[in-house]
Amino acid sequence: MMTDPLLPVDAYLVESLPEIWFGAVLFALGMYVVLDGFDFGIGMLYATRTDEHERETFLAAFGPVWDANEVWIVAFGTMLLAAFPRVYSRLLADNYLLAIGFVLALVFRGLGPELREQRDDERWTRYADYAFVGGSVFAPLLFGMLAGRWLFGGATLPVVLTGVGLVAVSVVTGAAFLAAKTEAGLASELRAYGIGATVAYLGGVVVLLGTVVLTDAGGAADAVLSLPVATIVVLSVVVGLGGSVLARRGWYRAWLASALALPALLTMLVAVLLYPTIYPPTGLLVREAVVSPLALNLVTVLGFPVLLLVLWYFKFLYGVFSGPIEGEGYGG
Amino acid sequence: MGPITLLSAVEPGWAALLAPEIASRMQFGWTISVHIIFASLSIGLAPFIIYFTWKDVRTNEQQYARLRSFWVKVFAVGFVMGTVTGIPMSFQFGTNFPRFSEVAGELIGGPLAFEAKMAFFLEAVFLGVLLYGRDRVTDRTYVLSSVLVGVGAWLSGFWILVVNAWMQTPRGYEMVTRNGMEIAQLTDPIAAFLTPRLPWMYVHMMNASVISVALLVAGVSAYIVWKKPDTEAWNTALRLAVVLLLISAPFQAVHGDAYGRHVEDTQPQKFAAMEAHYETGQADLHLLAFPKSLEALTDPRAENLVTVSLPAVGSFLASGGDFDTEVIGLNEYEENPPVALVFWSFRFMVGLGFLFIGLALWGGYLTYRGRLSDSTRYLKAMIAASPFGYAALLTGWYVTEIGRQPWVIQDELRTSEAVSAILTGTEATLTLVGFVVVYVGLVLTALYVLKWLVREELQALGVRESSEGRWHGPIPGVGDDD
Repeated sequence: MMTDPLLPVDAYLVESLPEIWFGAVLFALGMYVVLDGFDFGIGMLYATRTDEHERETFLAAFGPVWDANEVWIVAFGTMLLAAFPRVYSRLLADNYLLAIGFVLALVFRGLGPELREQRDDERWTRYADYAFVGGSVFAPLLFGMLAGRWLFGGATLPVVLTGVGLVAVSVVTGAAFLAAKTEAGLASELRAYGIGATVAYLGGVVVLLGTVVLTDAGGAADAVLSLPVATIVVLSVVVGLGGSVLARRGWYRAWLASALALPALLTMLVAVLLYPTIYPPTGLLVREAVVSPLALNLVTVLGFPVLLLVLWYFKFLYGVFSGPIEGEGYGG
Repeated sequence: MGPITLLSAVEPGWAALLAPEIASRMQFGWTISVHIIFASLSIGLAPFIIYFTWKDVRTNEQQYARLRSFWVKVFAVGFVMGTVTGIPMSFQFGTNFPRFSEVAGELIGGPLAFEAKMAFFLEAVFLGVLLYGRDRVTDRTYVLSSVLVGVGAWLSGFWILVVNAWMQTPRGYEMVTRNGMEIAQLTDPIAAFLTPRLPWMYVHMMNASVISVALLVAGVSAYIVWKKPDTEAWNTALRLAVVLLLISAPFQAVHGDAYGRHVEDTQPQKFAAMEAHYETGQADLHLLAFPKSLEALTDPRAENLVTVSLPAVGSFLASGGDFDTEVIGLNEYEENPPVALVFWSFRFMVGLGFLFIGLALWGGYLTYRGRLSDSTRYLKAMIAASPFGYAALLTGWYVTEIGRQPWVIQDELRTSEAVSAILTGTEATLTLVGFVVVYVGLVLTALYVLKWLVREELQALGVRESSEGRWHGPIPGVGDDD
């Protein structure tokens, strides 16, 4: 049934379209991990602040962008569904409680600051802060564990380490983001947390990959002992330690740029460990999981231009709110 | 009621709470009910926000700045709630109904991804500008941001309804076997996206959102006008809401009538459940129905209802002009939706719809006489009616969604087959309870924020509130001391 001559029914627009979509889905995942990651980091570092002014400053940094950042998780999920419905179904159904726990953590994270603005009551503020900080810790932890289950199946230690790794890298980016946007005194305190988290993260990645090699968790040992993985690990160490040096010198914008590369590299690690399968627990290959040519061609033709537009929106949004944080607080 | 297993049989003791299917359905129903309130709030508020922002920038009149600032805050709260409740929706297709996602992935995945990319991002990004960027962008960009937020909300509704309409009247696919499993393969994108149901559903839902928000705006305005009669801004808002209601409420009734005929054509089983019509043949129209006994509430049938009916008019309406048309009855089907829920939800929605028309006409008359803000009785009626739009909207969706049962994709996939095979009753019940607790908190929070915004507005207008508690309910365990 040929309805539109522009859209081939029997063949992909380009031969490698399934692989391109694998990349696109992982790109959306990376955008989420990078952008909402620093939101989570802000939420965790928030717990280290007792001064009301500093807390308000943190919320002001987070306010205009977190909602848009969070939409990347929906983009990731729906793109996965559109291109690889079987993976979407299995990943979420096989990890029911983790997935639901993650979205509930997001509810608390999103709601906390909203609630906080509504009253001056001390106890109320405290509960709102618990929701914000708790959500900011549990969301990356559970999401990282979900990613760990995706890669390694049921092996407990690698799964937990993946979760902890995502928490640590979120602290790094959160600290760098805040340091680039606040005054010097606060920034130098933040960089201590950022550097500590960088060391913890890099150590965690090494332990994680070591564990996977030793236990062959999810049958991923061979994939780990490969050139691409080694390259990504070396790059992460270089970027992480280099970023720490930049932070020590007070070059916070450069530190931010290098810090954001860490979760991006982490996503690449996920991609490398997945491919050519896309659901390692069942050995499902990208080519087996992908939708029919017509469906994929359609979401490509309609979706890719929009994806470019979305990236432009983000450039615009971050342009409008670039520079140091003005004022404080979360309200409009 | 279809043969639904209510209790989980496989698990012992306290864990044997609910079977995975019913728990999943309740969870999806509950989470979408809460989500849709906030989603439709965005859709309905969008025209108000655009209008106020445009007037504010154009005229520089203080009243429009005041209205814009107030309703943008409401919009922002609604959007945050809509986001945090929307993300679980996009996950539950996979967590609870993986067979549905797998079977229908080629058909529903595209529209859902377009929703995220074309609509959700647009709304989220430009709401950030609208909320925080007044001093950082030009007037023109600012007004454009409000328009883009509105476009995002309406486009979001469009893509979601593309998916839902396809589930009601599926088209543009064929069933094929892939990886040893029967799935729906997309064959005709235009037919699959623009299904027969889509235009009906889109118009009805967008208009329902406008009605709900018009009632909310009218209620809030009426409350403030009641407390402070000489406020220019809120008299304007009240008039605007009444005018909008005068257009949208009667339109909904006329449109709904035609929509009903379309449902009879495309989903006769749902139509029969809406009318509790069991025997195939001539159908009467039950204008009003009251249960004779408690039992009739759960099993509405003509013989145990006191009805005000028009004989054969059901046939007349279903066919668009023929009193003798046969309307297919529920007895023709092996498995039926829960008739009582569909039947009473439908009556509840229609009844409220007529109430809204009455309120709109009453308000129109008062406006014409120039006495809109003087009539305390009208103001009180509008305050009381402010949540009813949402009640009608929700019951309307119950008719649509419960009425489609036992199918998740009409005549193609049963809901019972769509549920995860590995989900346990314990897991499903646990998360259901979690969602109920968290979302009740969420709704109370939203009401509390609205109450707080209204109180702040009254203070800004110079009204000292003496009596507490006549507005929305308090949050449990929290004192009223700020």
